[in-house]
Amino acid sequence: MSEPILRAEHLGITFGGLKAVSDFNMTIGKGELVGLIGPNGAGKTTVFNLLTGVYQPTEGEFFLDGKRMNGKKTYQVVRAGIARTFQNIRLFKQMTVEENVLVAFNESFTYKMGGAIFRTPRFWKQESDMHAKAIDLLRIFNLEGLANTEAANLPYGAQRKLEIARALATGMKLLLLDEPAAGMNPTETEDLLNCINTIRDRFGIAILLIEHDMSLVMNVCQRIQVLDYGRTIASGLPEEIANNPQVISAYLGSDDDTDSEEEN
Amino acid sequence: MGNQIIMFISQIFNGLKIGSVYSLVALGYTMVYGIIRLINFAHGDFIMVGAYVLMLTIPAIIACGLPAWLSVVPAILVCVAVGVIVEKAAYKPVREKGNNMTALITAIAMSLLLENGSQAVFGADYQTIPTIIQIPSIAIGDLKIDGATIVTVLLGIIIMIALQLFVSHTKQGKAMRAVSEDKEAAILMGINVNSTITLTFAIGSGLAAVASLMYCISYPQVSPMMGAMLGLKAFVAAVLGGIGSIPGAMVGGLVIGVVESLTKAYIGTITGGVITSAFADAIVFGILIIVLLVKPSGLMGEPESEKV
Amino acid sequence: MKKSMLSIKQSYIVCAIGVVVLFGVLMGVCETGAVSLYVKGIIMTCCIAVIMTTSLNLTIGVLGQLTLGCCGFEAIGAYSAALFSKLLVANGVVMNDTVRFLLVTVAGGLVACIFGVLIGIPALRLHGDYLAIITLGFGEIIRVIIQNLKVAGGEGLDKGQQGQALIGIDRLANLYVVFWITVVTVVLLFMFARSRYGRAVKAIRDDEIAASASGINITYMKVLVFAISAFFAGIAGGIFAQYIGALTPSMAGWLQSINYVIMVVFGGMGSLTGSIVSAIGLTILPELLRAFSDYRMLVYSVVLVLIMIFRPQGIFGNWEFSLPKAINRIFYPKGKKGKNGDAGKAEATGVEETKEAKHE
Repeated sequence: MSEPILRAEHLGITFGGLKAVSDFNMTIGKGELVGLIGPNGAGKTTVFNLLTGVYQPTEGEFFLDGKRMNGKKTYQVVRAGIARTFQNIRLFKQMTVEENVLVAFNESFTYKMGGAIFRTPRFWKQESDMHAKAIDLLRIFNLEGLANTEAANLPYGAQRKLEIARALATGMKLLLLDEPAAGMNPTETEDLLNCINTIRDRFGIAILLIEHDMSLVMNVCQRIQVLDYGRTIASGLPEEIANNPQVISAYLGSDDDTDSEEEN
Repeated sequence: MGNQIIMFISQIFNGLKIGSVYSLVALGYTMVYGIIRLINFAHGDFIMVGAYVLMLTIPAIIACGLPAWLSVVPAILVCVAVGVIVEKAAYKPVREKGNNMTALITAIAMSLLLENGSQAVFGADYQTIPTIIQIPSIAIGDLKIDGATIVTVLLGIIIMIALQLFVSHTKQGKAMRAVSEDKEAAILMGINVNSTITLTFAIGSGLAAVASLMYCISYPQVSPMMGAMLGLKAFVAAVLGGIGSIPGAMVGGLVIGVVESLTKAYIGTITGGVITSAFADAIVFGILIIVLLVKPSGLMGEPESEKV
Repeated sequence: MKKSMLSIKQSYIVCAIGVVVLFGVLMGVCETGAVSLYVKGIIMTCCIAVIMTTSLNLTIGVLGQLTLGCCGFEAIGAYSAALFSKLLVANGVVMNDTVRFLLVTVAGGLVACIFGVLIGIPALRLHGDYLAIITLGFGEIIRVIIQNLKVAGGEGLDKGQQGQALIGIDRLANLYVVFWITVVTVVLLFMFARSRYGRAVKAIRDDEIAASASGINITYMKVLVFAISAFFAGIAGGIFAQYIGALTPSMAGWLQSINYVIMVVFGGMGSLTGSIVSAIGLTILPELLRAFSDYRMLVYSVVLVLIMIFRPQGIFGNWEFSLPKAINRIFYPKGKKGKNGDAGKAEATGVEETKEAKHE
């Protein structure tokens, strides 16, 4: 088997004595869609923050395409090929929808300061090429008609989609989606599910998905990993996970479980 | 040799004297920042307002046969009124609509308003304040300690302790701490956030009035711009101590006062004249920059970080 | 696409014509003696204010970081330019006055820029209020240091005297040259803001975390913007030094910086044309109201508070005046040139590109 897109080995982080995540292992191959689930506070978003350089792991290491990513800053990780969305939407609110995408294209531009100031032919060519690319990308999400709208004025569902479009524009190999369906109604979720499938097929990228909507997770994910108290308690195919007693008790809680937690 | 030690100790006392003034002013900054995350640039100017009230009321108070220091009462009343009006008329509406930057610009504007307003009324020149209090110096051996110094430092410490007790033991004090921790949760607990903020401004401004009394005992003159540099240094003290922390403001103020005093006295000799006492202000700001870069939460503050 | 390219070029030409016409008017009134030396002085001061305000707006309005130390950089530029000019004379270097003026001014800008980078790298780790305060602190330190530098007082250099105003600077500033420096400054800032760099900067203003998650090197961009602002502040300082002929350290004080912050806020956060209008307006207004000069700051502060309450984004907001757009509106009142599709979008960018001209 070839080198996986993402390989995380014994990744962990401690905040002032509290182990938020420990011994996190994961491999994601090209074109794979993996789900990361767990109860609130299980450390899912912390994993995302580790994988995108927001936090530096206190133990373990992770590799993108075989390249070690520890110690890299967020923008370096993103340029290397890991992009993400946020649980609480973070758009460039005072910029238009198209500009939001163009910001993420920033690294694909090659004109320099001089080019910008003297408005060289290269400047005009790249600006118009990128404009076309941005519109193409927005079309996948049915946002092309809103290209000149200020991001703050978008409806909620469209904001979520724009965030994904912006992440795609960075030209990443691995996309991390943090609760993309949160706050969406069933129709919007359905729409989103189609989008996710489309982008995976079209761009051939790997996706890691955090989601609370179980039907979405079970539908789209090829494999699922379950976190509880920062530890992986299960990992496998969706149907295996659905029937795993440990997972069920983590979500619903069992008498023994609560007791042992209290003792801890 | 003995002379030098005495000289050194009296410099320290000088520093403690001005440091206590910084502490009281720093308290105002720290309390307001703690509760609404705003650097109240106008706070230094409240001292100037207080000083003008002292200047105007002392003759009347003396004419009534009362001790001159009682003019601190009208000073407190006026400062509290000014502080509350500034909050209600400017900060509150801006806070509800704008962002951090607009709030800070408003604070700067209020500072300019008070400074230039006083200048329009009283003129730009320094005016002298009648003697407020005459306290004999205390002599310990060869060491002579100015009476005003002792009164100032003691007053500072008493107020600090009282305030700490107020914040930790009274209902209003607890409300203040709750609002500064989490405004939304405080509302849910039935705390009236607006009146708590107003109370904070009132206390901060009142302390500024006391600070102006303490300042004027030692430096009996007043001008429209007197609050600007004083306020900035007190702010440095608040940051040094850890903004939001009451004991931090006290410690920060005293440290800044002593550092400033010692700098003025010794920096020339220590550096062989390369850096002279004229650099004292630069050194105070240098401390600010180092603290902000090395430990932005200050000596006694708690660090903050943005959640992703 | 071709059509829109043409219209971008057209709008550039319209703006260039606008600037040239303005320059023609300026030359006309100066050469015919229609205006006094006093008015020329005001125009010069307006140019300096425009350079300061537009470049400061890049940091405050576009990057969204409030700094209170711009006059520290202006002072560094002014003193460096003045001392460099004196140094050239002292070493017997002979050159054309205009060449020396430009050389010395740019040198002042570069020195300010270097200090901008040195101060920006540590300071820009902080946000919001803390950044404002630390830049204020740096400004005050610059002021105190200049005040106590022996070379920067009296006649300067080896004849310098500590704690005095720097005097005897050759007054080489020529209004026409300064006019063109101002035009170039505004054009450069505009081109920067309307490019991928400008987009990245605005993204940082809107959300730093999302910007870095979009692959933007935040520290680099912030320091870059800070350095650009410092460079132009230094240029403005260099012009000032060679216009007035004498300098005092108080020009670095934070109250001076706040003057320019007020101009930026009045004009509109992020609007270069707004900055131009407010810089000129707030320079001329006090001259017109000489009788009330004691109350100038009083009125400013009240108006500032009112703006913060009722229009926090400033008078122009982030709207830009555009000469070609205005012309379009006059000749095509129904707005026949739609904004739909590629051509419309590209044209809109092109049209806005040109606005800066009119206001010099």
